[in-house]
Amino acid sequence: MASNLRTYRILVGARIRSDWQYRVSFFFFLVSQTVVTALDLAVILVLFQVVPSLGGWSLEQVAVLYGITTLAFGLGDLFISQVETAARSIREGTFDRYLLRPLPTVLQISASEFALRRIGRSIPAAVVLVIALSSAGVDWTPDRILLLPLTVISGTVIFGAVWVVTSAISFWAVGAQEVANTFTYGGSFAHQYPLHIYGRWVRTILGWIIPMAFVAYVPTVHLLNAANPLGIPTWMAITPPFVALASALVARAVWAAAIRNYQSTGS
Amino acid sequence: MSSESNQPALRCDGLTKSFVVRHRDGVLRRRKVEVTAVADVTFEVAPGEMVGYLGPNGAGKSTTIKMITGILTPTAGQVATLGIDPVRRRTELARRIGVVFGQRTQLWWDLPLADSFELLHHVYRTDSARHAENLAAFVELLDMGSFIQTPVRQLSLGQRMRGELTAALLHDPDLVVLDEPTIGLDVVSKHAVRDFLAELNQERGTTVLLTTHDLDDVERLCSRMMIIDHGRVIHDGSVAGFKADYGTRRTVVVDLVDEQPPLDVAHTTVVRVDGRRQWLSFDRGETTAAAVVAGIAAATALEDLSVEEPEIEDLVREVYGRLPPDAAT
Repeated sequence: MASNLRTYRILVGARIRSDWQYRVSFFFFLVSQTVVTALDLAVILVLFQVVPSLGGWSLEQVAVLYGITTLAFGLGDLFISQVETAARSIREGTFDRYLLRPLPTVLQISASEFALRRIGRSIPAAVVLVIALSSAGVDWTPDRILLLPLTVISGTVIFGAVWVVTSAISFWAVGAQEVANTFTYGGSFAHQYPLHIYGRWVRTILGWIIPMAFVAYVPTVHLLNAANPLGIPTWMAITPPFVALASALVARAVWAAAIRNYQSTGS
Repeated sequence: MSSESNQPALRCDGLTKSFVVRHRDGVLRRRKVEVTAVADVTFEVAPGEMVGYLGPNGAGKSTTIKMITGILTPTAGQVATLGIDPVRRRTELARRIGVVFGQRTQLWWDLPLADSFELLHHVYRTDSARHAENLAAFVELLDMGSFIQTPVRQLSLGQRMRGELTAALLHDPDLVVLDEPTIGLDVVSKHAVRDFLAELNQERGTTVLLTTHDLDDVERLCSRMMIIDHGRVIHDGSVAGFKADYGTRRTVVVDLVDEQPPLDVAHTTVVRVDGRRQWLSFDRGETTAAAVVAGIAAATALEDLSVEEPEIEDLVREVYGRLPPDAAT
């Protein structure tokens, strides 16, 4: 495990060196990602010009939610979203290379398709999160201090798991990636707003079945002591790491099944 | 090199792979057709052997290799590579085999060739001293010193293939599987690759399985050849034995003193006439070269002669031709 991480670091370093040869496009993409991500925040700001609160949450509180969701999504995008290239590399016949090397396939894909420019999502998210947290009047008890990093890491893992599962499905159904993006990109967008403003079905599917409510909403209710019309109990604030672990295990099983399917059908 | 040298390096037993292919018959109608790419292939390769695996395009060579290396699961039958089930213990096997797919690169495209070797050192976690020793040896053997700092995307095909070979061999694999390692190479690179493989096999005792279109590769490198067609192994034996079995025809080439009409010698047919030179083909089972030469000498005065053995390429073509057309099913 530790040695795999070392190898991962070295492979990612090689990828960054390769990309550095195309640094103009690197910076162009980095800036455009930053701007696009910041636009989501602009929408929230415009919204609060019209309404004083959203489902009982203030601008600062929604901004915290935006920050945590987008940061977790951005880190998942940076480290895991590369798995969605698997279906393409199967079609192009380059996937076999991963199976011929003595490393886990997800680790290899993540390293060889790593794109540092994707950090452009996480930068505005982190900045907004810091500003929003300092102005949201958080009561910084020790459990809340611990909760914040745990939440971001768990959220990253949950988004990563969704990416792995949806990418694995595209092994079976070519073109399923478009549907999958609804859940990853769509999910991250939806969860920038408090879950209780959505109808029951959206809440059930995008919140609990695909457990993205645990990325930010569930812990943030406690972190900010915000309006809680769904009655999320306080103890649930510590559930994200467990949900993240369970999601990762499910993702691992689905991915392994997809690889087995590839090995038996060859397509 | 292997501690398990008493077991075969490779064993396939009734190895079969079929794929389901969907045909579109109309807008909505689809038909599923099962295609058998490899059918009931059984063979063993002993440690240290160098085996040529031949067959026309689509014969099942690559599919066999993919099952041997753990990329594909067999539909039926068994495969043990270095004694290991390739699919179940994929990463363990990956450390002990080297694979080159001639058409696909496993090098880092935008980085200097040397960087790829360094990265593979980390991927395979080879011992640093051993890695340096191997790299120095391969750079010398394959004459890579002049382009090792060049980004891979700027290398010629021949240079890149030398890099691919090195990449597949730096971790001291016990078995090397090469899919078309000389395809598209210039003469110099082709020779470099061949010499290198021969040396590897002799000096290190590495087991080599190679598929190729180029029968020169097989003749120069392999003591044994297998021919596969329509998913079935139709020949498995020594290269010499193959020639003995299939190459029973010989050709006597004679330069006559004067131009002559085609000669009439018992058990021979004149296959070509070019001025004073004639080509007489005969079957070794019916007559001998000596008898043919005596027959020619009795008929006319001759200046020079030689006996030609058939080209292995022609023999393989003949083998394919002999198959009944329904062998595909």
